[in-house]
Amino acid sequence: MSARTIRISGPVVVCDHAEQFAMGDRVAVGKVGLIGEVIRLTPTECFLQVYEDTTELFIGEPVTGSGSALAVELGPGLLTTIYDGIQRPLALIQEQLGASILQGAQAPALSRTQAWPFTPQQEIGTQLSGGAIIGLVQETPSVCHKILLPPGLAGQLVHIAEPGEYTLENPIARISCANGQEHPVYLYHRWPVRIKRPVQQRLSPDLPLITGQRIIDTLFPIAKGGTAAMPGGFGTGKTVTQHNLAKWCDADIIIYIGCGERGNEITGVLEDFPQLRDPRTGRPLIERTVMIANTSNMPVAAREASIYTGITIAEYFRDQGLDVALMADSTSRWAEALREISGRLEEMPAEEGFPAYLPSRTAEFYERAGRVRTLADETGSVTAIGAVSPPGGDFSEPVTLHTQRFVKAYWMLDKNLAYARFFPAIHPLESYSEYESDLAQWWEKVSPGWQRDRDELVGLLIAADQLKGIVRILGEEGLSDHQRKTLMAERVVKEGFLQQSAFSPKDRFASPEKQACLLRVIIWRIRALLEDTTPAREAFAKFKLNELIRLKDELGSDETEKILAWQKVQ
Amino acid sequence: MAESSMKDPIIYTQLERIEGPLIALVAALPGIGFGEAVRVVDLEGRIRHGRVALLDGDKVTIEVFQGTTGLAKGSERIRFLGHPITITVSESIIGRRLNGMGEPIDGGPPLTGVALNINGSPLNPTARAYPQDFIQTGITGIDAMNALVRGQKLPIFSSSGLPHDQLAIQIAQQAKIRPDLSGSAKDSEELVVVFAAIGVKHDVAVRFAEEISGRTVSFLNLADDPVMERLLTPRVALTAAEYLAFELGLHVLVILTDMTVYGEALREVATARGDIPSRKGYPGYLYSDLATIFERAGRIKGKPGSITQIPILTMPNNDITHPIPDLTGYITEGQIVFSRDLFRQRFYPPINLPPSLSRLMADGVGEGLTRSDHHPLMEQLYAAYARAEEVRMMTRIVGEEDLSTVDRCYLEFGQCLERLFIAQDITDDRSIEESLDIGWRVLGCLPREELTRLSTQLIETHGALLDEELDQGLEREKD
Ligand SMILES: Nc1ncnc2c1ncn2[C@@H]1O[C@H](COP(=O)(O)OP(=O)(O)OP(=O)(O)O)[C@@H](O)[C@H]1O
Ligand SMILES: [Mg+2]
Repeated sequence: MSARTIRISGPVVVCDHAEQFAMGDRVAVGKVGLIGEVIRLTPTECFLQVYEDTTELFIGEPVTGSGSALAVELGPGLLTTIYDGIQRPLALIQEQLGASILQGAQAPALSRTQAWPFTPQQEIGTQLSGGAIIGLVQETPSVCHKILLPPGLAGQLVHIAEPGEYTLENPIARISCANGQEHPVYLYHRWPVRIKRPVQQRLSPDLPLITGQRIIDTLFPIAKGGTAAMPGGFGTGKTVTQHNLAKWCDADIIIYIGCGERGNEITGVLEDFPQLRDPRTGRPLIERTVMIANTSNMPVAAREASIYTGITIAEYFRDQGLDVALMADSTSRWAEALREISGRLEEMPAEEGFPAYLPSRTAEFYERAGRVRTLADETGSVTAIGAVSPPGGDFSEPVTLHTQRFVKAYWMLDKNLAYARFFPAIHPLESYSEYESDLAQWWEKVSPGWQRDRDELVGLLIAADQLKGIVRILGEEGLSDHQRKTLMAERVVKEGFLQQSAFSPKDRFASPEKQACLLRVIIWRIRALLEDTTPAREAFAKFKLNELIRLKDELGSDETEKILAWQKVQ
Repeated sequence: MAESSMKDPIIYTQLERIEGPLIALVAALPGIGFGEAVRVVDLEGRIRHGRVALLDGDKVTIEVFQGTTGLAKGSERIRFLGHPITITVSESIIGRRLNGMGEPIDGGPPLTGVALNINGSPLNPTARAYPQDFIQTGITGIDAMNALVRGQKLPIFSSSGLPHDQLAIQIAQQAKIRPDLSGSAKDSEELVVVFAAIGVKHDVAVRFAEEISGRTVSFLNLADDPVMERLLTPRVALTAAEYLAFELGLHVLVILTDMTVYGEALREVATARGDIPSRKGYPGYLYSDLATIFERAGRIKGKPGSITQIPILTMPNNDITHPIPDLTGYITEGQIVFSRDLFRQRFYPPINLPPSLSRLMADGVGEGLTRSDHHPLMEQLYAAYARAEEVRMMTRIVGEEDLSTVDRCYLEFGQCLERLFIAQDITDDRSIEESLDIGWRVLGCLPREELTRLSTQLIETHGALLDEELDQGLEREKD
C-alpha cells in the first residue's frame, strides 16, 4: 500500500502509512511530485512540509519517499549558479518553464552533461579516509575545486581516473572499503543539509575577514570563521551592507542567501556581480559566488530550508581548505518560516508565536560557522553573517535577542543614522565585536600605532556623546571652546571616517592600508585641533576640516601616499 | 499565469458547521483540491464565493468571501468549481469598472478572454529585469529625494485625513518617462492605471474614477462590501495588471488603497481559523501574505511592459511600527511617509523626508539618467535636514538665543526646504531639473563649508544657484 494524503493545510500536508517514512526523508507529494520533507511522525500519520505551493492538491494523492534525507549536491558547477531554497537551479527552471516558477519544477542541481578537467591527486593503493582530496578541477579561473572523498567513506583507492575531462556521471575513482565492498567515487557527492559536515579540529579565529568597510574593520571587526549579526529596521541598510560584504570581503568563496527578501535585490546581484571585479584576483565577482534565492513570495517551507542549503554548501568549500563567507538576508524571515510551519503543526508557541526551539535552531546554525582543520588537514573557515529584521525596529524581540546570544560581532543599525542618510548606519556606540582584541595584533602589523589611534577614536566618540547630552539641555552656549572642538572632531571622525557610501567609486571598498592611513591622518589632525588655541569658530576653516572629510571619497585605496601627505598640511 | 484547468464541477449540499466566515462540511469526495474555488448558493438563490481553506480526511473547510450570515445548515448548494479562483482578462478590460472580485458593476457585458489564477505564481528572480527607468512624477519630494522608477513598488504611508488620495491621483496624472534624459527608456507611452479600492469609502472611489483621466481599470471593494472579498481584490487587480503588462506590453501603474484595511480583513479570517497570532493579533504569516501582493511588481527580461505599484496605507494611530506599515516597509522598495505635522502647517504634499526612502533611486538617477548632481544633492539635503531637525529639537528646550550662527542657518534651511522645496501646488508639475535647482537654492541657506556631502567640483558647478536669492529664484520659476 502506498501512502496517501489525508490532510492539506497550506505548506503542511499529512499522509497515512507513517511506517514507510523516516524523519527528515525527502518525499514527492501528489501526482505532480511536489517536493517535501518529513517533519513529524505519529504511529499512523506522517506530517510533511512541502516546498512548493499546494494549491490543487487533493486528498488521496500518493506520497512517495526517496529513502534519503533532504540533501544538496556538492561538486563542480556550484559556483556562479543561483539556486532556490532546496537547490533547484533557477536559471534552468526559467529555461524550462519561463518567467514564473510553477509547481513541480525539477532540474538537477549540478549539470550532468558538462565536462570538467580533472587532475588526480592520489596514487592507486593509497589508504584514504573521508574528506580526503582525490583530485582537482579548475572550476572558474579564480577557484580550483578540490574533489573530496565523501566524509564517512574510507578505504583503499583501487582505481583513479587519468587526467582528462569527465562529467558528473563518470566515476573518477573506486574505493575498496574495509568490508571488501567497492564504491565508485564521482566528481560530486550528496550531503544531508541538516547535518553538519565533520571536521578534524576547530581552530580559534584570529585572522580578520577584511570587509573593506571602515566601521566594521576598524571598530567592530569580524574574524575569518566568526559570526556576526546585523539587526535593523527596514531601510537601515542590512541588504546594502550584506551586498558590500559579498562584493569586497577577502573570502575565497561567497555564499549569498536571499532568504525571504525582495526579488529585485537578487536580480541586482545577478546583474552586478558578473560586471564587478574582485580587487584581489581581478576576476568577475560572480566566479567566487553561489547564490541561494528564496524570495518572500516563494514558498515558505523552502525558505526555512534555504539557510541549511547555504551553510552546507559553505562547509563543503571550507572542507577544501577555503575561506568561505556566508551572508543570510534575513534570518528573521527564516525564523518566521519556522513559526508558520510550527503553527500549522499546532505546536505550543513560546514567545510571539515562535516555537520553543527557535533559540536552539539559531544556535545550531551559527555553530556551523568556524575556522577549522579539515579532514584533509587543510585550514578553512566559514564566516556567518546574518541580517535580522526586528518587527517594529524593536531590538528586544525574540529573534534579535536569541541571535545576539549566539554571535560574537553585533552591528546594530540605527534608524536615525539612516534617516540622515549616514551609511553604514551601524551605531558606533551600541555595536560591539568580541574579536576586536584578537585582531589588534594583525592591524599593528599593517600600521604600527594603529591600536592607539583606534582607542583615541573610540574615546572621542564617547566623550562627544556625553557632551551632546549636555548640549541637549543647555545649548551649545554652555560648552567651553575645547568642548566645542571635541564635537567638531567627532563630526570629522563620523563624516570623514565612519561614513562610507556604497556608491562612492573610490570609497565603496577601503583596503586595510587606506583605513589605517585615514585613521592616522584624522587622529593627527584632531590632536592638533584640540591642542591648538584657535577659537572653535575659526578652527573648522583653519584646519581645513571639510577637506579632511572629503578625503575618503577623493583618494582611493591605491593612493595611500597622498592620504599620508596630509600629515604635512598646515 | 497558467490558465487553470477546467473540470466538471462537484456539487455538494451538506453543511456540518458554520463559524465566522468558515463553513465545514463532510465530503467524502477525493476530487476536491486545496485552494479550489467554491460557489455557495443559498436558499434565496444568491451566489456567494469561497475557497477551500483546509482539507482533512473527509472534512472540507471553506472560507466564504461574502460571509456566512444567513446561511443555514443543510439547505445550501455548494459547487466545487475544480479550479482556483480566477479572473477573465483581455485587452477589453481597460475602461471597465469591476467589483472586488473582478465582476462587472458598470452595466457592461461580462468579461471575455483568458481565465487566470488570481494568485499568480512567483516570478523567477532570474527572469526579472532590474528596474531603472526614472519616472518623473512632477513632485519634488519624490523626484528629487525619493525617485520612483518603472517597476518599483513604492507605498505611501499616511494617516486618515491626510491627502494621500490627492497625491496618488497627482502621480497618476503627471507621471512620465523622460526619453530626452536618455537612460534605457526610449518610449514615453502613457500609463494604464489599475485601481484597486480595498474597503474604502464610496466618495474616495468616485474621486479616483473622476480625476484619473486616461486608460483605467477599477476594482472596487467599498467599505460596505464583504470583508473577506478584500483578500481577493488586490490579487484580482494584480492579475489583470500582469496580463496588461506582460502579455500586452503596457506600462501599468497599480494603486492599491487601503492596505491597512486589507490587513485587518486578513486578521479577521485568521482569527476565525484559529491561527496563532503574533503582533497585535495579526497572523504570523502576514509578512509572507503581503509579499505575495507587493512582489507582483517589476519588469521581466525581454518583455516590454512593467508594473509599478503605489500601495496606500493608513498608519493606525500614526504609528509606523504598527505591523502593517512595518511589514510593508520590509517588503516594498521604499516608502513615502506623510506627516500630520506638515499637513497642519498646510504643506502639500506633507512628505516627511527622514523616514521616506526610495531604494531603487541609486540605480535610476545620476549621469545619463537624470543629472549627475542628483544623488549627492539628495544625500546632502537629507543630511542637512536631519541636522535642522536636531537643531529644532534643541531650540524647543534651550530657545533660539543660545544657538550658534551655523545652527541658525540650519533652522532657516529646514523651513525653506519644507516651504519651497517639499511643498508645491496640486497642479504644479515640476521637471526634475527644476526640482534639483530649487534644492541647490535652498542649500544656499547654509555656509559652504557645511556642504561636506558634495564634492568641491559639484559645488563649483552649481555655485551660482547657491548664491541666488531664494524667493527671487522661485518667483522666476513660476513664470
Ligand atoms: N553603505 C551604504 N551606502 C549608501 N547608501 C546606503 C548604504 N546602506 C544603505 N544605503 C541606502 O539605504 C537604503 C536601504 O538599505 P537596505 O535596502 O540595505 O535596507 P535593509 O536594512 O536591507 O531594509 P529591509 O529590512 O527592508 O530589507 C538603500 O536603498 C540605500 O539607498
Ligand atoms: Mg534588506
